[in-house]
Amino acid sequence: MCRIGAIKSKNYFHPSRIFLLMQSMQKGHDNSGFAMVMQDLGGIFKGFKNYPTLSLACTDEGLKIAEDLLHAAGFQRLLHYEPKTNPQPGLDINTMPNYVFETFMYPREYQKASAKEKGEILVNMRLTLRKALEEGDNGYVYSFWPDVLTLKEIGNPQDIGTYFNLWEPDKNFTARIITAQCRQNTNYDIVRYAAHPFFLQGYTVLANGENTFYLKNVEFQRKLHRGYIGFESDSQCFLYTLHYVHHELEWPLPYYKHVITPLPFEEISRRDDKDQLLAIRQSLAHLEINGPNTIIGVLPDGTLFTCCDAKKLRPVVVGRTDDYVVLASEVCGVNEVLPDRKWEKDIYPNEREIVSVDNNLEIQRWKQ
Amino acid sequence: METMKAQNITTNDLFWQVKYDASRCTLCGSCVAACSFRAIECKVERRRMVFSEGDYPDPKSRFSAVPVIRQVNSVKNFCRGCGICQKVCPNDAIGPVRNPDTRFPVISRCLMGDSIKRGGRKNLEGDHRALDSIGIGRISQMTDPSLDASRHTFDILAPFGRILPPKQLPLKVGADGKLEQTERTPPVRWIYPVIIGDMSIGALSWRMWEAMAIAVAYLNEECGLPVRLCSGEGGVPERLLKSRYLKYLILQIASGHFGWNRIIKTMPHMTEDPAGILIKIGQGAKPGDGGLLLAQKVAEHIQAIRGVPKADLLSPPNHQGLYSIEESVQKMFLSFNAAFKFRVPVAIKVAASATSVSVFNNLVRDPYNIVGGFFLDGIDGGTGAAHEVSLDHTGHPIVSKLRDCYLAAVSQGRQGHIPLWAGGGLGKTGDLAAEAFKMICLGANGIFAGKLVLQMAGCVGNDRGRCNACNTGLCPVGITTQESALVHRLNPEMVAQNIVNYFLAMDKEFRKLLAPIGNSSLPVGRSDALVATDKAIADRLKIQYVC
Repeated sequence: MCRIGAIKSKNYFHPSRIFLLMQSMQKGHDNSGFAMVMQDLGGIFKGFKNYPTLSLACTDEGLKIAEDLLHAAGFQRLLHYEPKTNPQPGLDINTMPNYVFETFMYPREYQKASAKEKGEILVNMRLTLRKALEEGDNGYVYSFWPDVLTLKEIGNPQDIGTYFNLWEPDKNFTARIITAQCRQNTNYDIVRYAAHPFFLQGYTVLANGENTFYLKNVEFQRKLHRGYIGFESDSQCFLYTLHYVHHELEWPLPYYKHVITPLPFEEISRRDDKDQLLAIRQSLAHLEINGPNTIIGVLPDGTLFTCCDAKKLRPVVVGRTDDYVVLASEVCGVNEVLPDRKWEKDIYPNEREIVSVDNNLEIQRWKQ
Repeated sequence: METMKAQNITTNDLFWQVKYDASRCTLCGSCVAACSFRAIECKVERRRMVFSEGDYPDPKSRFSAVPVIRQVNSVKNFCRGCGICQKVCPNDAIGPVRNPDTRFPVISRCLMGDSIKRGGRKNLEGDHRALDSIGIGRISQMTDPSLDASRHTFDILAPFGRILPPKQLPLKVGADGKLEQTERTPPVRWIYPVIIGDMSIGALSWRMWEAMAIAVAYLNEECGLPVRLCSGEGGVPERLLKSRYLKYLILQIASGHFGWNRIIKTMPHMTEDPAGILIKIGQGAKPGDGGLLLAQKVAEHIQAIRGVPKADLLSPPNHQGLYSIEESVQKMFLSFNAAFKFRVPVAIKVAASATSVSVFNNLVRDPYNIVGGFFLDGIDGGTGAAHEVSLDHTGHPIVSKLRDCYLAAVSQGRQGHIPLWAGGGLGKTGDLAAEAFKMICLGANGIFAGKLVLQMAGCVGNDRGRCNACNTGLCPVGITTQESALVHRLNPEMVAQNIVNYFLAMDKEFRKLLAPIGNSSLPVGRSDALVATDKAIADRLKIQYVC
């Protein structure tokens, strides 16, 4: 079973806090991996917010392939960062030779392009890199997007933290939003790509649960967007639907909920907006999600949100202080990170709502 | 001594032999009166009894005339094995027995010089069915719990009407952040995933049709199940067209256009829109053959509804005015959409065929978005009259064809745009919920069934040549006949009750199938929920093989 967590703050913070959050929930997950996405970056990346950062785990050859391709496409490197690793005997971690975070300048012809055009070229580049690295198993490219870092590895999360020195706070490696999850895809093949959070064009999603309409989702999503690939985990479908509804159809976030867990027909028929809801339900029937799950997501503007399946079969809790909002599968995680918060103000979202957190840490509860 | 004539027909040449026990017969005559085929008759037999009296043999004979019941030796009035004689006999003195040595297929053609016609059910390979090798094998457990069939709510509804691709939806974000609809969209009705149909008012007796109409009205208004009934070709009584119950009816138009004169004339007086229009191109049990209503069934009220004299009514095998699929979209679909001012979904029914996917592809790519459903009819269905050679040897099974159409839609990202409805012998084992569910997992949005509804009403026919006399107008249980005496054998209230009860049972069974796979709405295309114990079937349908 998965445990998922997210921290959003007004201030930059180090991933050690997310390790703390996940560590306390370790009895619930199976300690088979660790994955996190850092967004709104601080530290050494703070000055490069408008430039795309590549998150890569690869062999030496893979690094060369990736850099050659990027240079050939006109991307110029601005920053190169490799986390200092701390190899020790006995650590349960399945490592890659290189972990690289590189920030690039856009190709000259795209420097004045619109954000939308830039978004498209970044996806194309990432897909090209992924394909090139897959041949020969030379590496994994998790994200290539401004102000975003992704780290994923197979092994015990505690040991992974030790290996990357992530238990010790470091002001050079921080972010305002971090989402994380501590399990590999143990139901199916162990593949690095299969660990959530998943990321696409500014959208991040991680999930605790099952998607029993996985096949329906996959068969439909494959034809919707070139970036909807992989499907190593049934939870990737949650990300692609979010991206499709919010980015492609340009519908507001609440309609994501209407798509994945539509209201029963009987309830729709009693609503003022029944025509729209019915049109959505029937046109996007193959993006409906069944099965128990909780989703945590981040939008490109930094909004953090969570929602659940229509029968509320999976847990999530929202705890907060003036400077932090913490989302976690279990309240013990929140207790660890925010021990002095007013726990009476914790929110336990229900099956029909989306709880979202904006950049001022204001919380909105939207009822479907 | 009688002369032996080799060409004489004996009961041993027929499909069925009537076994009669004169010693138990009370000569009440019920069986002869009840046999609608006149396949048995009363006869007086001359009997000779030889006896001897006294101490020494002194043979004497005595002749007597004995009244008995006898089977008719005829290729016209032959026994169909319906068993009505057995049903009415108070003493079990009579009944049909299947004759394995029948020569009927040969002698019938030799003597009549005509192709054999019969009521529609396929008699070849009747026992082996693909759906029987498929199970619902993905049972939720542990982290992905099953739902509770009694406690949870389920949405057991299917779309009928053209569904727009998401990017074509005329929705824009309004000032309040809510989506607003800027244009009309094609009409879509969410209905029960099992449609009753499509059996015409000429093929069925008025009591049978009335029973189906009563059942559908009751299911909608008292049980909350939005079940729809398809009229079949041949029109509908004017009173029904003008009534509020029209909304539960899908009106069919086929190549004969029977009944449409009256429907069009009644349109200004309709108080409700029909549930939909179904343009029938082909029928699965007798593709390429067209409908056939023999003159003996064209009763007075049928003549009135259809506007025809008492004559054999043949629907041509194709719509004479149509040249191509593209043209049919423009002509028929557009005109029927326009006739009801684009408020009523218009769908098409075709026979499953090696070419079905091409037809489907053409329709799903139609730029007008006016084809509101693709009804695919397989070989195993059929209730009406047809030539036996068509029934037995033409046609295409439904299961793989439905799957092909769904996968064709998937490969283009167009699944769900034109709802897929499949039929053709579904539920003939009695388990319609399970068979519908499997078809839905394979990609159908819903299914349609006709033959099973006749069985609910008391039809005694089966796939092994029992009865199958729907074409004759002599249906022994009053379902497919217009003979007043036969029709009165059917109690419409009882039939309606049977249909309602069957649907209620089926609805419960749907929940019992949805719950274990953890779904609260229909798993359209969820083929990962299915497993097959036959490798060839698993490979063909792209589902998991298990052993």
